[in-house]
Amino acid sequence: MTGKLDLDPVLVARARELARRAGQPVVDLARSHTTVSVERAVLRLAGVSGADPDGIPWVNRLVDAVAADVGLGHGVAVPVFDALVGEGSTDVTLLAQKAAAGSVRFTQPTGRAATAARSAARKAVGAGIRRIDRRRAERDRLVKRHGDPAQRPWIYLIVATGDIYEDIPQAQAAARAGADVIAVIRSTGQSLLDYVPEGATREGFAGTYATQENFRLMRAALDESSKEVGRYVRLTNYASGLCMPEMATLAGLERLDMMLNDSMYGILFRDINPVRTFVDQRFSRQVHARAGIIINTGEDNYLTTADAVDEAHTVTVSQLLNEFFAHEAGLADWQLGLGHAFEINPEVPESFRLELAHALLARELFPDAPLKWMPPTKHMTGDVFRGNLLDGFFNLAGALTGQGILLVGMMTEAVVTPWLSDRDIAVQNVRYVLGAAGGLHEDFVPAPGGFIRRRANQVLGEALDLLERIGEQTLLTAIAEGTFGIMKRPADRGKGLAGVAAHEADYCNPATDILEAAA
Amino acid sequence: MSEHSGVSKQIVRPYGDTTGDGMVQVSFTLPVSHDKRAEGAAVQLANKMGVDPAMVVHAKPMGDGFTFFVVYGRVNHLVDLNVVQVVERDFALLSAKDVNTVIKQRLRRKLSVVGACIGTDAHTVGIDAILNVKGIAGEKGLEYYRELKVTNMGAQVSVPELVETARAERADAVLVSQVVTQRDAHLHNTREMSAAFREAMPAGRRPLLIVGGPRFDETMTDELGVDRIFGRGTTPGEVASYLVHALITQRKAMA
Repeated sequence: MTGKLDLDPVLVARARELARRAGQPVVDLARSHTTVSVERAVLRLAGVSGADPDGIPWVNRLVDAVAADVGLGHGVAVPVFDALVGEGSTDVTLLAQKAAAGSVRFTQPTGRAATAARSAARKAVGAGIRRIDRRRAERDRLVKRHGDPAQRPWIYLIVATGDIYEDIPQAQAAARAGADVIAVIRSTGQSLLDYVPEGATREGFAGTYATQENFRLMRAALDESSKEVGRYVRLTNYASGLCMPEMATLAGLERLDMMLNDSMYGILFRDINPVRTFVDQRFSRQVHARAGIIINTGEDNYLTTADAVDEAHTVTVSQLLNEFFAHEAGLADWQLGLGHAFEINPEVPESFRLELAHALLARELFPDAPLKWMPPTKHMTGDVFRGNLLDGFFNLAGALTGQGILLVGMMTEAVVTPWLSDRDIAVQNVRYVLGAAGGLHEDFVPAPGGFIRRRANQVLGEALDLLERIGEQTLLTAIAEGTFGIMKRPADRGKGLAGVAAHEADYCNPATDILEAAA
Repeated sequence: MSEHSGVSKQIVRPYGDTTGDGMVQVSFTLPVSHDKRAEGAAVQLANKMGVDPAMVVHAKPMGDGFTFFVVYGRVNHLVDLNVVQVVERDFALLSAKDVNTVIKQRLRRKLSVVGACIGTDAHTVGIDAILNVKGIAGEKGLEYYRELKVTNMGAQVSVPELVETARAERADAVLVSQVVTQRDAHLHNTREMSAAFREAMPAGRRPLLIVGGPRFDETMTDELGVDRIFGRGTTPGEVASYLVHALITQRKAMA
C-alpha cells in the first residue's frame, strides 16, 4: 500500500480472501471440464492449421469428428494422436482432412497404445508451446532494442475499418502520432462465432475479423513502425467470446502483446454460458501467462449499463475476482490490465472528485497492476466541444492517479467512427495533459478525512458487503441471480453450453499439463 | 403549420454575434500536405460551400499528406422556415426508462420478444446488435430493458421452430433478421415466415411480425406480410419504442 487513501489493510486482505472464496468453486469447475474451443486450441498448438473450402477451420472439423466417435470428455489429444500413430503419419492437418471426409474412426486407446498416443501428443503440443516461448523472447529483444514508451500511462488507440489492409496504414499513422498500443476492434458478433475465421479479411461489421493472418500482418507492420518511431509499439486484440482459448493461442503464436480477456464479460453481455466461459477463460489465461501477454479486463462495461456512482463497488468486486482468476492461472501482477472507466454523469455534483476517488482506489488496491483506464462514452452527447473537455478531464484523472494504460477518448464518441482528425485532436489532448501534468500523481495526495478518501473507503466497504453476499451463495448463483450488471445468467443456459464436457477419469490435455508444470 | 403560413416569409441566416451576420464555423480535413496551396484549397472548398469571405483560422498537418482546417466565415445561403419539411417518425422515440414504465403501467406484465435469423442465414450480427445487452452504437440491446422478456434463438432457425417458440414464449413480437440477400433469400424467407404465422395463429393472436436487415425496402411491409421493416442503421431504442407504440400506445388508442 502506498497509503494515499488510508485503506484499512485488514479490510483489503478480507476482500481478497472473499474473492478467493467466491472464485475457488469456479476454478474447480474449470479444472474438471473441457470445451470444444479448449480442445481446438490444443490442436492448434499441435500444428493443425487452415480451413476447409467453406471456411470452417480443420481444428473444428477434427474436434467434431473425435467428439462424434468418443465424446469430448477424454480430451481430443489422445484419440487424435492414437489415430495418427495408427496411420504412421505426423501430419495432423492431413488427419483432420481425412477425418472430415469420414475416412478415419477415432477410439480412446488404453494401455501401451494410450501411452504412445500421449507421448506423441505431448511432443507435438510441446513444439507449439515452444513457438510461443520463442515469440515471447523475441518481444523481450525488440523491447530492449526499441525501448518502452517514455511515459506512463501508455497511450492506447483503436483502429477499426473492417479491412486489414486499411487498418495497417491507420495503425502506423497512429503510432507516428504517439500511440504506444494499437487495438484492432473485432467485427461485431465475432465473439459469438464458434470458430476462428481464416486468412486476411477485408470486410467486417464495425471492426475487423480477428484471424491468425490478420494478427501476423498487423504485428509485422507495427514492427516496422517500432523501428521507425524508436519505441516498441504494442498490439492488442480480443480473447473473448466462444473462441477465447484459440484467440489466446493465436495471439501467443503471432506475438500479440495485450488481449482483452474478462472473466465475466461474455456471460453478462453476450449471454455465453457461464461454465463455458470460465473453462475457456482459465485455459486462455494460462496461455497468456506463458506468452507474456498483458490482459485487459472489462469492468468499464458495467458502468455503461449501470450507474457509475451507485455501482462503483461492482467494478472493485470484479477487479478482485479477475485478479484471483488471473493469479490462479499463473499471470503475474504486471500482466493485469484491470479495467475501470470515467463514466460518472458530468451533471452529478463533484463528479470529477468521485472519479478521482474511484480511480485512486483501483490504483491503491492493485499497486503493481498496469490498470486500464477507459474514457467516457455513456455521457458523450454529440457535442464534440464538450466531449473534448470531458476527455481532457479524463486524461487529467489518469495522470493524477497513475494509470498504466490510457485508452484515448474520442470527442466524436457516439457520433461517427473516429475520423483521422478526431484521432489527431484526441491524441493532442492526451499529449497536452501528460506533458503539462504527467508527474502530478507524485504530488496528488488527497487530504486525510476529505471527500476523496471518504468516498474511496465507502466504495471499498460496499465491495466487501457484496463479496460477503456472494460468499453466502456461490459466484455461479450470484451470476444466475443478476448480481452483476442487471443480467440473470443461469449456469445451464446461454450460448456454447453444448460445447462443454466434464472430464472423464482419463482426460488428457498435454497443453494444460505443460503450462501447469511450468507455473 | 403556423397561423401566419402563406402570409409572412420567415427567412433566417446563421447568427455569429450580430443578427444577420451569417457567420459559421466548419472544420474538415483535406488529403494534401500543409502549405500555402493547401490553405488556398481550404478557402476554395469553403467558398464552394457558400462561405464567402472564408477565413482559415487554423491549419495543422496530420501525418503524411493530410491537413486539418478550421474555417470561419460568412455563409451566403438563406433559410426559409416556411418551406422546411420534416418527415415525422410515426412513433415517439422513448428512453429505456420510459419504455419500461409504459410497459409496466399499461401492459402490467413483461412484453415477450422472440428473435432469430431464419433460413440458412448465419449472420447474427443484426439480431445480436438489437437484442444483446452489448447493443450497438452506444445503445444497449433489448435484453437490457427490464420489462422486456427476450428470447434470442440465434442463427439458422427454421420457420416451424420459430413459430413453436413464439407460441411457447407467448411472444408479443417476433423479430427476424436477414443479412444474406443472395437470390433474394431475405424476401423468400420473410414471406415464408409471415405465411407460417398466418397459418398457425388467428389474426388477433398473432405476434407483431418485424423484420430487419441492411437490404430491405422499408415500404414493402404489405408485400412481405409483416407489420414493420427496419433498414440499415436501426438501433435497439427505435425497435423498443416501436414495440411500445404498436403493442400498447396505439392499440389502446384504437380500443
